[in-house]
Amino acid sequence: MAMYNFEQKYRVRGGTLLGGDLFDFWVGPFYVGLFGVSTIFFATLGTLLIIYGAAIGPTWNIWQIDIAPPDIKYGLALAPLKAGGLWQLITVCAIGAFVSWALRQAEISRKLGMTYHVPIAYSFAVLAYVTLEVIRPVLMGAWGVAFPYGILAHLDWVSNTGYQYLHFHYNPAHMIAISFFFTTTLILAMHGGAILSAANPQKGQPVKFGEHENAFFRDTIGYSIGTLGIHRLGLFCALSAAFWSAVCIVISGPFWTQGWPAWWNWWLQLPIWR
Amino acid sequence: MAGLVELVAAIADLALSNKKNAQENAMAEYQNIFTRIQPRGPIQTVPLPLGDDNRLGATHSHLLGIFGDAQLGPFYLGRLGVASLICGFIAFEVIGLNMLASVNWNFVQFIRQLPWLGLEPPPPSLGLTILPPLNEGGWWLIAGFFLTASILLWWARMYRRAVQLGMGTHVAWAFASAIWLYLVLGFIRPILMGSWGEAVPFGIFPHLDWTASFSLRYGNLFYNPFHMLSIAFLYGSTLLFAMHAATVLATGRYGSEREVEQIVHRGTAFERGMLFWRWTMGFNATAESIHRWAWWFAVLTTLTGGIGILLTGTAVDNWYLWGMKHHIVAPYPHIGVPDPGPLSAIGGTGAAQ
Repeated sequence: MAMYNFEQKYRVRGGTLLGGDLFDFWVGPFYVGLFGVSTIFFATLGTLLIIYGAAIGPTWNIWQIDIAPPDIKYGLALAPLKAGGLWQLITVCAIGAFVSWALRQAEISRKLGMTYHVPIAYSFAVLAYVTLEVIRPVLMGAWGVAFPYGILAHLDWVSNTGYQYLHFHYNPAHMIAISFFFTTTLILAMHGGAILSAANPQKGQPVKFGEHENAFFRDTIGYSIGTLGIHRLGLFCALSAAFWSAVCIVISGPFWTQGWPAWWNWWLQLPIWR
Repeated sequence: MAGLVELVAAIADLALSNKKNAQENAMAEYQNIFTRIQPRGPIQTVPLPLGDDNRLGATHSHLLGIFGDAQLGPFYLGRLGVASLICGFIAFEVIGLNMLASVNWNFVQFIRQLPWLGLEPPPPSLGLTILPPLNEGGWWLIAGFFLTASILLWWARMYRRAVQLGMGTHVAWAFASAIWLYLVLGFIRPILMGSWGEAVPFGIFPHLDWTASFSLRYGNLFYNPFHMLSIAFLYGSTLLFAMHAATVLATGRYGSEREVEQIVHRGTAFERGMLFWRWTMGFNATAESIHRWAWWFAVLTTLTGGIGILLTGTAVDNWYLWGMKHHIVAPYPHIGVPDPGPLSAIGGTGAAQ
């Protein structure tokens, strides 16, 4: 069924950001809304363009399909459709769909009396995407430095771009981003494990609540951040991972053009060592 | 439970008395990023299970209370904790003193070069020798032994605390998944390869260098499907935590953070959170199942990562050629230069045409 038994009382009109009652309805479990329509428009057009790009490309192998940005020689100009123009149109569609999606999340938040944490969080991911595909190419003067749309193709791009700076692990922002990814995953395991272990206690034991979740982490690591705090920490770490990912790539090229290992020379040359 | 109700009532009273203030700060109030009012009661604990040692110390910290719970401690040490900390301390000292020795015991140079300093495993020529000379990987083996002992004892401690508190052992089993990756990197794979030299060195830049050269040696780890899965689960974990944490914070005014209460008796907080995702993407988890998604995504990150490392060099020598053989990598472009390397050995691509 498309509706939960408790759902009817939540399905009320209003709260839209734009367009009033236009498209203010549900289809199956989905809320539509003006931004749902614009999401569908951009996502469908973008997907069709990708399929068209695959059709005029050399392969239908899902792993190998590759829709590349324009050659560096086109700079920041529009490129012919079959020489990167498709990539440009797809990028426009992607940004249109991502922004629509964020605004749709904002409308749904308003309908449910929720604050805007989800659309704000999501916009960090969109920011990272826009940094890779728009901001950095604009700063470097060519769409050709953006990553291509393809499963293995984008991995090759990451690999090649990394080795252009000799050893990307030495990029300090990359270090911070990775540390946040690992930390987020660690505390996600701890949080998920804590809730599951409280709700699924030892045989014959009653279900446990916040007191026991706290006691478990106070006992084992000396501190429990608490039921509310863990979600603040989780959101902070997850968003920091996305933010520093964006930083680590936007400084590679526009700010630093040598190998990243050499960046650390400033530390070795500090006057305090004499 | 009565105590909990009283505490909630107390918070509500405090919130009411500050109503005017709260309205002026409505934005800050409901963004749920910081705690503005910290009611402070006695130190909270659950009763010590039978046969346990006493807990140690507890205090309140206003600073911690702004972001999370204000109570620090009490800490349970216990025999497993003592043993684990001693082993961890030994490993830490062996690594640190070796680094210090590598700069001739010069403290200034130790700080200056710290990110570059390392403790390397034995050279490949020594194979799986149990006790190589101390300066040829012997210290590395000793540090590795004590670090592993420390980690395994810590695992037993996590497991034991959960059982003693009458809880499930989910955290310990998630921890075990991380230990699996650690053991594959430093113990299982080196044994399969017949050399401790295959293992990861201790040190900040040294372990990053190891990672890069490991990837290059085996034809780029990006073509390793288990590496792909591991990264997908790592990013997926971050995505899931952002979605979950944002949903809980956004429904904080309905009491969403009391998640186990929402599991056993669903309230409007999680109804709204569930409907948010149902309306957004046509699918939603529940108060309990979101934590199962979370647990599995995090656990699978290191589980698949460990499999990927284990296969590298043992079952697969070059992931790029593996990818070509299985048609996930596009054929090497024909550049008209005869290729003497292994590309021609697998046939059908590049210069072999």
